[in-house]
Amino acid sequence: MNNFTIAVLVRNQFGVLNRVTSMFRRRRFNINSLTVSETESPGLSRITITSSGLETDKKQLINQLYKLPDVCSIKELNITESVTCELMLIKVKNDPESRADVRDAASAFGAKTLDYTRDSIIMRLTGTSRELDAFTDLMRDYTILEICRTGIVSLERGATTISKMEI
Amino acid sequence: MKLSGADIIVRTLIEQGATTVFGYPGGQIINVYDSLYKYRGEITHILTAHEQGAAHAADGYARATGRAGVVIATSGPGATNLVTGIATAYLDSVPMVAITGNVPTTQLGTDSFQEIDITGITLPITKHNYVVGSVEELADTIREAFRLAVSGRPGPVLIDVPKDIQVAQCEFTEQPKPVEAEPRQAAKEIRIRDAAECINLSQRPFIYFGGGMTNSDAQEELYKLAEVLDAPIGCSLMGISAIPTDHPRFLGMQGMHGHYASSMAMHRADCIIALGVRFNDRVTGNRAKFATHAQIVHIDVDGAELDKTVYAAHSMRGDLKLTLQKLIPLLEQKKLPEWRKTIEGLKAEERRTLDNRPGLTPRSAILTLNEYLGENTPVATDVGQHQMWTAQNIVLKNKRRFLSSGGLGTMGFGMGAAMGAALATRERAVLVTGDGGFGMCLNELATAVTYNIPLVILLMNNGVLGMVRQWQTLFFDKHYSNTVLERKTDFVKLAEAFGAKGYHAETPEQLDEALKKAFSEQGPVVVECMIDKDEFVLPMLPPGGSMDDIITKVGESDE
Repeated sequence: MNNFTIAVLVRNQFGVLNRVTSMFRRRRFNINSLTVSETESPGLSRITITSSGLETDKKQLINQLYKLPDVCSIKELNITESVTCELMLIKVKNDPESRADVRDAASAFGAKTLDYTRDSIIMRLTGTSRELDAFTDLMRDYTILEICRTGIVSLERGATTISKMEI
Repeated sequence: MKLSGADIIVRTLIEQGATTVFGYPGGQIINVYDSLYKYRGEITHILTAHEQGAAHAADGYARATGRAGVVIATSGPGATNLVTGIATAYLDSVPMVAITGNVPTTQLGTDSFQEIDITGITLPITKHNYVVGSVEELADTIREAFRLAVSGRPGPVLIDVPKDIQVAQCEFTEQPKPVEAEPRQAAKEIRIRDAAECINLSQRPFIYFGGGMTNSDAQEELYKLAEVLDAPIGCSLMGISAIPTDHPRFLGMQGMHGHYASSMAMHRADCIIALGVRFNDRVTGNRAKFATHAQIVHIDVDGAELDKTVYAAHSMRGDLKLTLQKLIPLLEQKKLPEWRKTIEGLKAEERRTLDNRPGLTPRSAILTLNEYLGENTPVATDVGQHQMWTAQNIVLKNKRRFLSSGGLGTMGFGMGAAMGAALATRERAVLVTGDGGFGMCLNELATAVTYNIPLVILLMNNGVLGMVRQWQTLFFDKHYSNTVLERKTDFVKLAEAFGAKGYHAETPEQLDEALKKAFSEQGPVVVECMIDKDEFVLPMLPPGGSMDDIITKVGESDE
């Protein structure tokens, strides 16, 4: 079982996300993370999916995606040859006893404080999923009130782009 | 020319050559029916008894011609009644365009009367579907649907048209000719070369084809391949009738109830060249034990079928015809007398297991039917024992003449499909059905009578749901739970009540007599043929079993 990341350019049509996720559901592929956003081209959206499975699962997943008419191009993003990041908002309890420790951890990770009240602190952290996991783990020593993560986005290093790749 | 959306739908259908369509009217599609009335000189609409029958008829039309079948239904229940028909077409890769009405755009999503999210419902059973957003995009959406339906691996496409878009008007320019399928492509050369090397090493090659053979029209290449490889040929249920069933190299169908020689030959092969098949579980049985001695070379137009259920040594995505044209010149001419001898041995074994009992048996009934089939007679089936008996014994000469629900296994498929095929080919069609499957869609007898469709319905009546009962006999200690019908239906009277002819046969002579009469009638005829409830479909590969578990005979004690 391996993790893999796939970027998919889809026509920006009504219900296109449903088509993609419905295929994942009925063919029983795991989704670990999924993000959708606009792109440099007005008619296209980019879906970034991380999933896990065997090599054959990955092939099957890509082949099934190709069959959706709204899918324009697909690219597997190799982890070493791409830049990948995720954004997290985390709300922890503002406790006078732990306040300093939270601040130190945040500064070590480069997390930015966005909201500061008597009872709570909201921090924003961007980084790899692993960095976000590590920071979350650290915060478990205090009281985590809420977490929200975007899921990962990823671009290939260098000048190559997905839309120029051969399907 | 400014036209309403409804007019545009009908004009575009005519433009695409869809001049026979099937359907059922209703509130949210009434405007389209008004346009069908307006253009009735150019397009024929067949009104069925039920939307399911219309969907199966469009499917039968498509299977018999290779062109997309068209079905039209209203919103809500009209649309949901299409679902089984669309799913049947999807699983068997049949091109179909389904057009449904829906409530006006402003009412979508408010649970209006007869509103249903049919695009949501059909998402996993269509190649693609659309909710049309404006009248301006209507014509091109329909054209794209036709192109998608027939391109690559064919399949159904659904277009949902809200009522306000049927009413709205816009400019319409008719296109001079129908859209064409996307260009076909051969597999990559490097893959073809690798596969050729592998095939050249084979001493016991076997060619196994499926429905993709018909879609690609690769028969000539298939014959050439078999000659070069000196190889026997088998097929899946979906492959039947792609080549004449009496072709000297053809061993018949594979799978759970496949021909013995065909199944055993594939089991013993050292190289299986699989063409337009998807290695369904009904073919492979236990996949871990499937073809363990063989290298598999798999060619399919749908890349997602490669390495999906069975891992092939060489798999390639491409059109069969074009790929075979490149593959064949790379192959060495073989002469394989030993392999031939093995095959002849298997055929002899098969002959010994054939059911040659006297009297009216399932096999003798189909053999009698064979006497009456013309060169081009389409033969449809429902699903169950009769379907397998037909698949095993029918003699067909021409492609697109065997219509059977292979993937979904839809009981009730046959009536609609046979009507669609008869209308498409202008030939008398045959439906072989059972009392179970016929019971599901026999309302379409009304349609066949109304349109005077030439149709011979061979109803194999055994009073039970025979296929399930067979499993109950073999695997469930003869607990005949809900498979004994005990119905009191008089099928002759039933046929007559619908306005059709009906005959009853209990002996081979009566059956012959009844079929003789049936094949001289103009409209639909039901020939009820009594079959013993304990008849089995053999051979049988038990579910999840391998070729070593094949059942060719059921002992007296099991009866």
